[in-house]
Amino acid sequence: MSRKPKQPGISRRGLIGAAGAGAVLAVSPFRINLARAQEAPIRIGFPVPLTGPYGTEAQDQVNCAQLAIAEFNAGGGLNGRKAELVVRDDKLNPGEGATRALELIENEKVNFIVGSLSASVQLAVNNVTKERGIIYNSISQSDAINEAADFSKFTFHEAMTPHLTAGAVGRYVFPKFGKKVAFLTADYAYGHEMVRGFKKAGEAFGIEPLEDIRHPLATTDFSTLLPRIQAMKPDVLIISNFGRDQQIALKQATDFGLKKSIQIVAPILLYTGRQAAGAQAFQGVIGGTSYYWGVGDQVASAKALNEAFGKLYANKYPSDYGAMGYAGVRTLLEASKAAGSVETDKVIAAMEALKYDYYKGPQYYRKCDHQSVQSVFIIQSKAQGQRNPSDVFEVISTEAPNEANLRTCDELGHKA
Amino acid sequence: MNQASQATLARARDANLDWRELATRYRVLLVSAFLLAFPLVMPFTALAINILIYGLYALGFNLLFGYLGLLSFGHAALLGAGAYFCGIAIVHFGMPWFAAIAIGVLGGVITAAAIGALATRTRGIYFAMVTLALSQCVYYLFYQAVDWTGGENGLRGINVREIGIFGISFDFINPMTRYYVVAGFVILALIVLSRILASPFGAVIEAVRENEERARASGYNVTLVRLITFILSGAFCGLAGALYALQLSTVPIEIMHYETSGLAVMMCLLGGMGTFFGPFVGAAVFLMLENLVSLWTVHWQLIVGAVFMICVLFFPRGIWGTLTMRGKS
Amino acid sequence: MAGLTLDLIALQLFTGVALGAVYVLLAIGLSLIFGMLTVVNFAHGAFYMLGAYAGLFLMTQGVNFWVCLLLVPLLVGGIGLAVERVLIRPLYGRGIDYPLLLTFGLSYVIVELVRIGFGKTGYPVDTPELLQGAVDIGVGYFPLYRLFVIGATAVILFGLWLFLERTSFGLIIRAGARDPEIIRVLGVNVRRVWLVVFGLGTGIAALAGLLAAPLQGVIPEMGGPVLAEAFVVTVVGGMGSLLGAVLAGLLVGIVVSITSLFAPEMAKVSIFALMAVVLLVRPQGFFGRAGLMS
Repeated sequence: MSRKPKQPGISRRGLIGAAGAGAVLAVSPFRINLARAQEAPIRIGFPVPLTGPYGTEAQDQVNCAQLAIAEFNAGGGLNGRKAELVVRDDKLNPGEGATRALELIENEKVNFIVGSLSASVQLAVNNVTKERGIIYNSISQSDAINEAADFSKFTFHEAMTPHLTAGAVGRYVFPKFGKKVAFLTADYAYGHEMVRGFKKAGEAFGIEPLEDIRHPLATTDFSTLLPRIQAMKPDVLIISNFGRDQQIALKQATDFGLKKSIQIVAPILLYTGRQAAGAQAFQGVIGGTSYYWGVGDQVASAKALNEAFGKLYANKYPSDYGAMGYAGVRTLLEASKAAGSVETDKVIAAMEALKYDYYKGPQYYRKCDHQSVQSVFIIQSKAQGQRNPSDVFEVISTEAPNEANLRTCDELGHKA
Repeated sequence: MNQASQATLARARDANLDWRELATRYRVLLVSAFLLAFPLVMPFTALAINILIYGLYALGFNLLFGYLGLLSFGHAALLGAGAYFCGIAIVHFGMPWFAAIAIGVLGGVITAAAIGALATRTRGIYFAMVTLALSQCVYYLFYQAVDWTGGENGLRGINVREIGIFGISFDFINPMTRYYVVAGFVILALIVLSRILASPFGAVIEAVRENEERARASGYNVTLVRLITFILSGAFCGLAGALYALQLSTVPIEIMHYETSGLAVMMCLLGGMGTFFGPFVGAAVFLMLENLVSLWTVHWQLIVGAVFMICVLFFPRGIWGTLTMRGKS
Repeated sequence: MAGLTLDLIALQLFTGVALGAVYVLLAIGLSLIFGMLTVVNFAHGAFYMLGAYAGLFLMTQGVNFWVCLLLVPLLVGGIGLAVERVLIRPLYGRGIDYPLLLTFGLSYVIVELVRIGFGKTGYPVDTPELLQGAVDIGVGYFPLYRLFVIGATAVILFGLWLFLERTSFGLIIRAGARDPEIIRVLGVNVRRVWLVVFGLGTGIAALAGLLAAPLQGVIPEMGGPVLAEAFVVTVVGGMGSLLGAVLAGLLVGIVVSITSLFAPEMAKVSIFALMAVVLLVRPQGFFGRAGLMS
């Protein structure tokens, strides 16, 4: 299935033929349409949750995506054809996400869609795009999007999966801090998938999983759960929740003195979350991340991204989710370049062939589920020795990209 | 007075018939004509469809709030049940789209019957709170039934590519097809509502709202009237939910969140409660405002909240209510 | 269940009381406002959030926590006075729905204004130095600050009780809550009483927000979920009843914490299930008057 460019009625040849009429059209309202047709920019829809609690991350995603667009355009685009980003607010709501995806496809006539931050919005957008044959590159974590039921050949997943993230963190933590592992988990897919990943990785180390205590989403008080965790006397407590849930849980676990005898671990430590909750709550906590600017000390492409971002946005650093926005947009643009076209099938083939290193070391999309195979960074929150206010984590380990750390194509239900 | 002068008088009276009365007389026809042209003036089709769906949802709510005077904070459960029932019928049972919509309506009816049976025993502010509490319980039920509903990830895969109407197959991916199918159901719902309001039962609803004691004294079972109205309201909301599922091809759990219940109240009040077109006007104004302002600033909630407050303070009859009442009182 | 000891249950009960304390403070303001003004204040959560942010702001200006405990309720209560005077007063006599809907819209506006002023991301609030750490309360270690929250709530309730029972203004409020007509007949300026009550209620909500801030940090959306819970408490206790608000607040805290022990994922819905059950058995709540607001 192929996607038509923005102005399907007007071809390049038609334009030349119409050149004589140009003088007339130049003064008419049609002028604008024609001018746009000539350039026919590559349009990338970008729904992210600009309003709501993750507004900061979402704005960072937009900033990073704009950087990728600016670089592409500065480099001459696709044979002179420029790209543009069509940003929409998904309000962190899957219904709004699906509506925006429909708007982007039906009325904005975008070529590709990149975006989302919440797993459920991502799945809703994917459901819309795959039905309409539009390539979607998701930049939010989810295990479900790789599974055969949700996946389609139009689906790409630039973000890590919970299985990969939790596995990497587990493989680092379990040999070092002990075998008795307790879980505190947000009661939704993200949390469950993380716990599954930790338990799977733990099998190799013979861990003894204690209870998995599940709390409702958006819990503001964990005090009722903490005494029970204390009573279990675990070596490691894995807190699998996100955003504000994570900040409050870590804060209250600190208040209850859990850190004295227990190593606290989170699958993902959010850069902006750490800044919001402060050093005390996160102190000593170990977790994973897809990106942290400090990686720039070891990885050349990360350093380059930091510098380019800092130049454009007043010396700030790109956040984890922001950097994924950069990669999500850039992969599609580079693939279009390689394909020499924005035609869907050609771009898919080019994406599948892509070996890239844009911000965190080498990556590529696995054939069966279009999952980006990538490295995972293990980080620990700093309390002292900060170089600057952004210097909040220490990169303590890097797990190299390896397909073996993903769920197998078979497990996901993809027939070979 | 002779016959001729009487005829003249009648004609004069006809001429005096203002647009409001005409609008009321031909309301279904008027709305149908408007709906046909509506998507042409909208910024994008998905918004036009959303306005229809939320308008229908607000209409179902209005039947209870505007006509019967019961403020419910649990209508999200009715909308959500309609959407989930329809979605599950398609995803898990492979039902045709038409049957799935019927199942969606049934979902709204069943949920309304369950919530209503308990809630109609209470009154006033307690009714609002009981409906809120029960709808939260329904939310939780659907949230936990992950195998059926997809839980927090939402129910995906309600993908209807084409639909057959009287043997002719239409491309359901095409936004205009979707719009006109939805519009068709909305018109159907308007006709049904119009009939209900004009029926003897409609008169009973009004009697209960105006004076509960007198209605009871007149021999009406007030609790039963409330329950039946609640269930009818559930049928409209269930239909809206089913259309929602077909339009977005997913059902997010957020549809059952209490904020969705608040949305019905907002739209209904904005448009004019207890008026026939109010809910649609409210839905249209609210969604267009939200769309417009959120393209311009991320602080759209400030504007929406302020507009809402202004409406409460200065236009308590809502937009449609204010338009139609001016000069009458 | 492994590790379920009596100590753990006792500790859990204590945690429930601490949790309930915040509910009590919110619900008592809601109930006061409803009992007097018959206004269902949907902006109560927003005032709670404002209290937390006002505290945060003052503390970054160098004001210490203890002074904030005094300043914040005055500041936010003052905003409450203005809201009653300007926005809610025109709506008296127009039925219960309108003030409810107005405050609903107002909560959007307040939250968004805070987002504009302080950003969308939250901030951490440090526990005051004196109250950091945990103490042994016999059945296990318990954070000192939570003990302080319980104590502070008790002091506030006692103060409120004194005000209502021992001052002439309190007498008017109590009489007005029972029958607004009577005090009007007696020549009392009812509007002034309503104004003060709204300010008082919002001030207490702000204090609750300030107390909660060191527990969970601040974020513009923090008032949303807590408002729903406070409503449940108010309704279960009986709308307009202060004693009901206190007892129901503690009960809800304990129900949540005990549910957390056995089925933590059900903690949230347990609140609503409790409310549904109470209202179906006793439609006016524990201490509410039958037929009120029907």
